[in-house]
Amino acid sequence: MLTFVVRRLLGLVAVMFVLSILVFLIFFETPGVDPARLMAGRNPSPQTIANIRHEFGLDRPLPVRYALMMKRMFITRDLISYGSHTKVIPEILHATPVTLSLVFGAAIIWVVFSIALGLAAAVLRGTIWDPLLMVLALIGISMPVFWLGEIVNLFTQSRWHNSFLFSWVPPLGYTPLTQDPVTWFEGLVFPWLTLSVLYVGFYARVLRANLIETENEDYVRTARAKGISERRVLVKHNLRTSMITFVSLFGLDFGILVAGGALLTEVVFGLPGVGLLTYNSLTSLDLPVIMATVIYGAFFITLASALVDLLYAWLDPRVRPT
Amino acid sequence: MAEPLLEVRDLKVSFRTEDGIVHAVDGISFTVAEGEVVGIVGESGSGKSVTMMSVMRLITDPNVIYQGEILYKGRDLMALSRDAMRKVRGEEISMIFQDPMTSLNPVYTVGWQIEEQLKEHYELTKGQARRRATELLAQVGIPRPEQRIDDYPHQFSGGMRQRVMIALALSCNPDLLIADEPTTALDVTIQAQILELIKNLKRDFGSAVTLITHDLGVVADIADRILVMYAGRIVEEGSKEQIFYDPQHPYTWGLLGSIARLDRPKARRLTAIAGQPPSLINRPQGCSFRPRCPQAFDRCRVEDPHLTSKVGEGHLDACHLSVEDKRTRRDATINPELAETA
Amino acid sequence: MTVFEPEAEAIVLDAEEARGEIVGRSPWELASRRLLRNKLALAALALFLLIVAVSLAAPLYAHHVSHTDPFASNISGTIQLNGKTVQVIQQGGGKLGLGETPIGPTWQGQYFIGADAQGRDVAARVLYGGRASLFIGVGSALLACFIAMVMALVAGYVGGATDFALSRLMDLIWAFPLYLLAISLATVLLARPSDKPLKIGFITVQPSSLWIPLVIIGLVYVPYVYRPIRGQVLSLREKEFVEAAIAQGAGSLRIVFREVLPNVLSTVIVLLPLMIATTILTESALSYLSIGVQPPKASWGTIIQDGQSLLYTRPWVAIAPGIMIVLTVLALNVFGDGLRDALDPRSKVRMK
Repeated sequence: MLTFVVRRLLGLVAVMFVLSILVFLIFFETPGVDPARLMAGRNPSPQTIANIRHEFGLDRPLPVRYALMMKRMFITRDLISYGSHTKVIPEILHATPVTLSLVFGAAIIWVVFSIALGLAAAVLRGTIWDPLLMVLALIGISMPVFWLGEIVNLFTQSRWHNSFLFSWVPPLGYTPLTQDPVTWFEGLVFPWLTLSVLYVGFYARVLRANLIETENEDYVRTARAKGISERRVLVKHNLRTSMITFVSLFGLDFGILVAGGALLTEVVFGLPGVGLLTYNSLTSLDLPVIMATVIYGAFFITLASALVDLLYAWLDPRVRPT
Repeated sequence: MAEPLLEVRDLKVSFRTEDGIVHAVDGISFTVAEGEVVGIVGESGSGKSVTMMSVMRLITDPNVIYQGEILYKGRDLMALSRDAMRKVRGEEISMIFQDPMTSLNPVYTVGWQIEEQLKEHYELTKGQARRRATELLAQVGIPRPEQRIDDYPHQFSGGMRQRVMIALALSCNPDLLIADEPTTALDVTIQAQILELIKNLKRDFGSAVTLITHDLGVVADIADRILVMYAGRIVEEGSKEQIFYDPQHPYTWGLLGSIARLDRPKARRLTAIAGQPPSLINRPQGCSFRPRCPQAFDRCRVEDPHLTSKVGEGHLDACHLSVEDKRTRRDATINPELAETA
Repeated sequence: MTVFEPEAEAIVLDAEEARGEIVGRSPWELASRRLLRNKLALAALALFLLIVAVSLAAPLYAHHVSHTDPFASNISGTIQLNGKTVQVIQQGGGKLGLGETPIGPTWQGQYFIGADAQGRDVAARVLYGGRASLFIGVGSALLACFIAMVMALVAGYVGGATDFALSRLMDLIWAFPLYLLAISLATVLLARPSDKPLKIGFITVQPSSLWIPLVIIGLVYVPYVYRPIRGQVLSLREKEFVEAAIAQGAGSLRIVFREVLPNVLSTVIVLLPLMIATTILTESALSYLSIGVQPPKASWGTIIQDGQSLLYTRPWVAIAPGIMIVLTVLALNVFGDGLRDALDPRSKVRMK
């Protein structure tokens, strides 16, 4: 166990290191890209560009710049954003609860619904319900999430906003849980539902495919030969082994979302989460923020993949070290 | 004669497929008496597994069509409700399968899996179930059962896993054990051990056994009676002695001739049965073995032979040749030595 | 006493006796038959091809039906509607009664689904957008599959240090959350002052070129395709028929082409429709965020972006391109499923 943790920690550090270097190179060394010039806005004078360059330490050698940034991020923790001129770390910490609220809520919904849908489709194979449910799932994964969000907004904010259905929906934006739990909840309902549609579709299909595959396994046949009820065979044998793949996929997707992958949903619903922050920093080439969000993202993804591995070993005894 | 434990009457099992209806089992009837060991021998596709899977009603293919009756202790299993059939499975008839690695659920301990079956059929406390499971593991020859009961299937060797399967199958004292190619996936030396175990279990538990295999050598020791199946039908049926010492059907001769034996003074070529089994969708006219039978003559092309007793009590075969013809040709084709020991 | 010699008494089969024979078929034949029997998958394929055809016909539509140039502003233009002359951009129209509102759907030849903020015919733009989205979608999927296939074949077959290096490279690219990588590359390549276009060798690439998003998306998805193919190559390498080929004296290259490639190809073929669906969705997201297709070109994603400001007044501008995306991606998914089922039919379906 200890070796596992140590190995993962080392891996995490390695990944963060390599990623940070890559980010640095991409944004500063791509031929033709000059951050100082870009930050200077329209038609800058050479003096302005030089000033910016000096102010942000862009005229120092590459390794020095990198070292400076790392020092500011981790040691002195006063890394400043190029764009907003505020400290980067608090900015990220502010955005984190937004993303976490969004992703956790959506995850709960999508796990429950995809298991229900996948199970139903597998159990009802041969009837009209199976293909019907699967078409529903397919439509779910065929919709661009930002487009779906726009349509949801169209109805909840505008067209039917005044009807009893959606009058309670607050305007787009985020209300912290600590400030007003009710509005927090109301403001997240539709982002949750929109984000989960895509994942429900995907995971329901994955689960159904797994259930069908394990149905043909010999041990399911043995379980039936033992005389146990169909329901028990389904849940304790079939579902139990199918969940292994489901869980490992889920863990990774969850990690990616927390790391900022929910940016489209955040943009459409006006939620100032980490995804939105990352996007804004990328388009304005705000390197310190980019760096910080990438590191943050790498951390969560590595954490998620480590947790998934642990979970996998718990679910499947065959991969445990003896 | 006492009522047979299992009586199969004119069973036909077919499957709807994209290419047509496959007649996997084409009208077979046989019985298994209490405590009897019946070997069902045939090549892949002969219908032997489908027959016994139908007895257990384990076929989950939605395109299956059944005809005929399967009587177990007088009740038609085909007519039972699903719940009633569930009670039969595991408690009265149980089954072990070919590959013990994939036949045991990899995520549960062997103890858990045995206890699951026990608790399904009996009212037991956790402690009682665990004790019984440990006992069973000991009975099938697993060393240190109190510790190994908490191990997972992948922690056992192939032979040990099959023993666990047998323990599982016998946990509720069934009167009939169906063994579907139990040794095919195992090494030859382990094979012998498992067969020995099955033989002893017949003695200790008193259950009847149907042993399905493609290898006549496997049933040579433990079977009381043998059924030879080909293309969904029984082509020969008799006691072990009758089949081995006086086989009547050319297919059986082919099977016997293909057994490698070490006790010969002189090495000889293994005989092979040329050709492929017939399509189960379009049966050829006449005897289905005819395209591969070196003994075939005109009648074989036209008339389908019926399974009848020509040579002795309980010894049936489906071949048009007369008994004398058979004996001469057989002795000439399989084995000179076999003729001498008859 | 003769030994059982089947050849000595060979039976010759007549035509009527052949009735009992089992007919063998190649796996490709079997797969094609199954696919052709799958009506739903064929319908999906037809839908996809229809969308492609319609998009390719965009210039025809623009010329003959809507009589507009979908890329030119038409702010002060007018059209004839039911005998009356109507402004394309109306003052104080729409639900909110604020500012300028473009004309809504006329459900007729011109401005079938209305105009956007620039007065352009949205229906024509959607068709043109389809060309861009489909070009990028199909192109990047093919690019990703091709590169991944070559790399996986090399890595899987050669093994050793090459495999290690290539796989670590793939891991690294994959470690970057997908969108972040795409966004980073896109931002970097597009954030250039207009007097300094991108130069690769002697080729000048315009910022609005469709090749930029195509290559970016293609590269981003290489690891996704690489992994399963490499796994397959590794397992194929151990298979007996490869050993047999080596024993026959076949060289490495020949084995790769004759034995490994056909198997890998079938995996890629199944993967392709699903990859195209994925890349189309990715392109639309990037374009929506303004870092995909650049003006003056349009794609379904950019039109949705155009429609955002008009969402509550003229929703059709945003809705229409989205519907096209859903139909295209849905069709590809259904067809991809059917393709997969045809090549690996373990599911038991009720017959007749």
